[in-house]
Amino acid sequence: MNVLMPNTLAEACDLCAKQPDLIPLAGATDLLVHWPLRQAEHDKTYLDLSKLRELRAITWAADSVTLGALTTYWDVLQDPRVKSDFPLLIESARQVGAIQIQSRGTWAGNIANGSPAADGVPVLMAYDASVALISKSGPRIVPLHEYYTGYRKSVRRSDELISAITIPLRTYDFSVFHKVGARRAQAITKIGLAMTRQSATPATWRVVANSVAATVKRCPAIESLLHAGSAIRKPEDFSAAIAADVTPIDDIRSTADYRRTVMARLLYHSLKGVNPAIS
Amino acid sequence: MRVLFRNCFSIRIKPLPMQRLEGLSKLSGAERYLDDEPLEGSLKGCLWGMTVRSPISRGTIKRIVYGAGFDWSTFVVVEPADIPGPNETYLIENDQPVLAPGYVRHMHEAVALIAHEDRNLLRRAVSSVRVEVEAEPPVLDFRVAPHADQIQRGSDNLIKKLQIKKGDVHAAFANAFKIVEGEYETGAQEHVYIENNAMSAWIENGANGDVVVVRGSMQCPYYVLNALKHALKRDETRVRVIQAPTGGGFGGKEDYPSTIALHAALLAMKARRPVKIIYDRSEDMAATTKRHPSLVRHKTAVDKNGKLLAQQIEVILDGGAYVTLSPVVLSRGIIHAAGPYTCENVLIEGKAVLTNSVPYGAFRGFGAPQTIFACERHMDRIARALGLDPIEVRRINLLKDGQTTSTQQTISGGTDRHALLNETLRVSEYDKHKHESEAFNKTHPYLRRGIGIATVLHGAGFTGNGEVYLNSKVDVGANPDGKIEVLAASTEMGQGTNTVFTKIAADAAGYDTADVLVCVPDTFRVPNSGPTVASRTVMVVGKLVERAIDDLAVQLGQNGKPLRGPSLKKAITAWHAKNPGKELKGRATYTPPPNVKFDDKHYVGDAYATFAWGACVAHVEVDLRTAAVRVLDFTAMQDIGKVINPVLAKGQVQGGVVQAIGWALTEEFKFKDGGMLNNTLTNYIIPTSDDVPPIRVVFHENPYPFGGGGAKGVGELPMDGPAPAILNAVAHATGADARAIPLTPEHLLPLL
Repeated sequence: MNVLMPNTLAEACDLCAKQPDLIPLAGATDLLVHWPLRQAEHDKTYLDLSKLRELRAITWAADSVTLGALTTYWDVLQDPRVKSDFPLLIESARQVGAIQIQSRGTWAGNIANGSPAADGVPVLMAYDASVALISKSGPRIVPLHEYYTGYRKSVRRSDELISAITIPLRTYDFSVFHKVGARRAQAITKIGLAMTRQSATPATWRVVANSVAATVKRCPAIESLLHAGSAIRKPEDFSAAIAADVTPIDDIRSTADYRRTVMARLLYHSLKGVNPAIS
Repeated sequence: MRVLFRNCFSIRIKPLPMQRLEGLSKLSGAERYLDDEPLEGSLKGCLWGMTVRSPISRGTIKRIVYGAGFDWSTFVVVEPADIPGPNETYLIENDQPVLAPGYVRHMHEAVALIAHEDRNLLRRAVSSVRVEVEAEPPVLDFRVAPHADQIQRGSDNLIKKLQIKKGDVHAAFANAFKIVEGEYETGAQEHVYIENNAMSAWIENGANGDVVVVRGSMQCPYYVLNALKHALKRDETRVRVIQAPTGGGFGGKEDYPSTIALHAALLAMKARRPVKIIYDRSEDMAATTKRHPSLVRHKTAVDKNGKLLAQQIEVILDGGAYVTLSPVVLSRGIIHAAGPYTCENVLIEGKAVLTNSVPYGAFRGFGAPQTIFACERHMDRIARALGLDPIEVRRINLLKDGQTTSTQQTISGGTDRHALLNETLRVSEYDKHKHESEAFNKTHPYLRRGIGIATVLHGAGFTGNGEVYLNSKVDVGANPDGKIEVLAASTEMGQGTNTVFTKIAADAAGYDTADVLVCVPDTFRVPNSGPTVASRTVMVVGKLVERAIDDLAVQLGQNGKPLRGPSLKKAITAWHAKNPGKELKGRATYTPPPNVKFDDKHYVGDAYATFAWGACVAHVEVDLRTAAVRVLDFTAMQDIGKVINPVLAKGQVQGGVVQAIGWALTEEFKFKDGGMLNNTLTNYIIPTSDDVPPIRVVFHENPYPFGGGGAKGVGELPMDGPAPAILNAVAHATGADARAIPLTPEHLLPLL
């Protein structure tokens, strides 16, 4: 395998511009699964960003917080302010793999890898995070919920790198994260849910689901239902909105039926009493 | 003892019965498994070996195309023509080929072998090989009768059929108060030993010509030896089998190592260089043996109190593509099918059928967990059908000494199974948990709690006359320094054989444990003490260790009076002083306990010399949102005779419970065209420590006079009870009448 290790972000962008098939590494925890078996992966060229120490920091500004492209789950778990302002990040970080993965794996890597089962992405999306991309031709910002274009496909061009993730500072009066895996730890999500409610008037809901579509997915139909204050008396009352928002499949880990049913039940039991229309 | 963890902290551990001999080297990572062995010494110049496998479940091989872009002259390739003897893996029937002889019977069956010194190049080369197979209709569901074009054995694909008959079930059904019927299913299970299958082979010079030496991870060195002798056409002076440190077996390294040992030996013989074959996890999961899937049907006549009047039981096992061990798994399965209960009319019919999947093989419990699952779920369903307490239905039927099992074996030994059950209920706080759960369920919006029980038995040692046929032998060597060395083929694979043999030998000889050695199993050094299976090591082989020491002690004593302790040690050193360079050994050969008789034609009599007994309680919580089942608390009570090492015995029980929780709830095989689809630890879900509840382990000690140190078997019993206890608890919690495992959330959801 070939590994390029740039010393600066500018150097990294140069390399990306020259070699469009480079695979950026920010932790490499996805790459090393079954490494010996995936001989074809050995022939690729990797851009290891680990020398770009400045990309590791968590930076707090007046109206936002920025995670660098190399910020790990562990870094977030250690930050006391994240715990108070963005508790869902803590909850999801704790459920990614085990400590070994949490200490190497990065939020930006989780976004870039593009798995619909990614556990870091739903909570970021529920907090309206945006992705900073950089290339030789300059930076641009993309809202995370517009980042994915299909299964493991995104708006990121091959000459671009994710440089940071920015989350606006807002006041939330409700937030919840659910990860349903096949066991209590070390599991890949069968269905996941992140929800937030901003305490502004009127309240703004964000509902994000993972492992129920080709990408991690914002759920506009469910959000409308909540904004409209429609009366909901049982889990099945979410069924139509779920059908509009997500397209779960039968696969090696679960079934489409299970995913739809559990999503409805999680929504109902999480929101019962929280949203006055739901009882 | 004081253990220092670098400079972090230190803890004090109070003195334990006896520390695991190889515990520290395993804990610290110093132990070298075969994959860790450097390529030096016997492995100098070693090649890596890999296997070309069948892409489909059944068919005729048309040709093998070795991929373009490789210089095949630099590879060593073995095909069936390279096998010196019969292309057969020696076992009960020799129907399993070493390499597919022109046809394949299951996906991932070994077709050819390739070796090279560059492991990555080898991986690419092997994946370039295309095996062209003309497909024939495979049998992929053992529950369905095969079509004519699916017949591959006899006229009906039956591997084995067995029957147990006692009394007259039909007359009892005619007069029954009630008849309760049920159908129960269990799935395949992967062993997930921590160390994958691993084997090395090389050629040495010997007195009678060259010697093929095989060293690797295994449970049964003499099974491997017999397989090598048969297919390589060599006698035991020209093949030698040595066990390497073995990271778990659970039955998965009972018969499969014979196959991989032959593969390594064939490559080493052709290359004239050492060869190592190390399976990666995906290959191990896809290509090696699993627990037999089962379908069990019960039809039971009861009186109004729940007393069993007749048990009619049908057991069907999926045997997989070859006979391997299925006949004996079926045998143990049907003998345990009626549970630890007394019933005067029993008819049990069992069959193992051929399918085109990986051959199902030995796995902890060997057929008994499958039939006990059905029996114990059925007992709860009988209670429910009669409106009775499931505990009472068990109490009224539990065997008492003097009563007989389904094979008409009279139970004796003095264990009070009613007292065992009562103690289990007390330790588990059964009543408290039951009432608290029922109150909890009335108020919680989506969690439901429940409690379930199972009472079980497990026959230790080989079934019927199996131990007599094995004719196991143990030697004890007396060394010039006065130390004694246990020479047996029974393997240490993480369960504590070395530690327990050391203790048994030291107690028998009156020695300090530091003066006892246990020889690494090596067929040039140790006699055949039988396979390390069937919960037989401590009970059967441990007794032989004691008797071999007695033999030594009597040889050195005067007028048949045995020597012990320092006088034995002194006599050994004195003997060696008089006989320099000679070997002094005590020997023992198996003899069955008195009055143990079994008619293996009619399945009547003493199926086992003795049984271990157990009862367990599971307290569970079901999340109605996700249908996930969590075990909150577990109690396992067992009578395993005398406990030799409480720490190791407790470890066996805890490990068995965890393995059974996985089997009951999460470990589901996904198949595609007969091959395992989820052959990774990401998608084959075993429990993590977070899924394991506190496990209350209690031993009821009742020494068994014919077992080593008074012990009965402990290895398998813990696997028998948890699955039905957990499903019984789920039924109590939710009312869901689940009768198949694994009970994954996807399967439970529609039942809620």
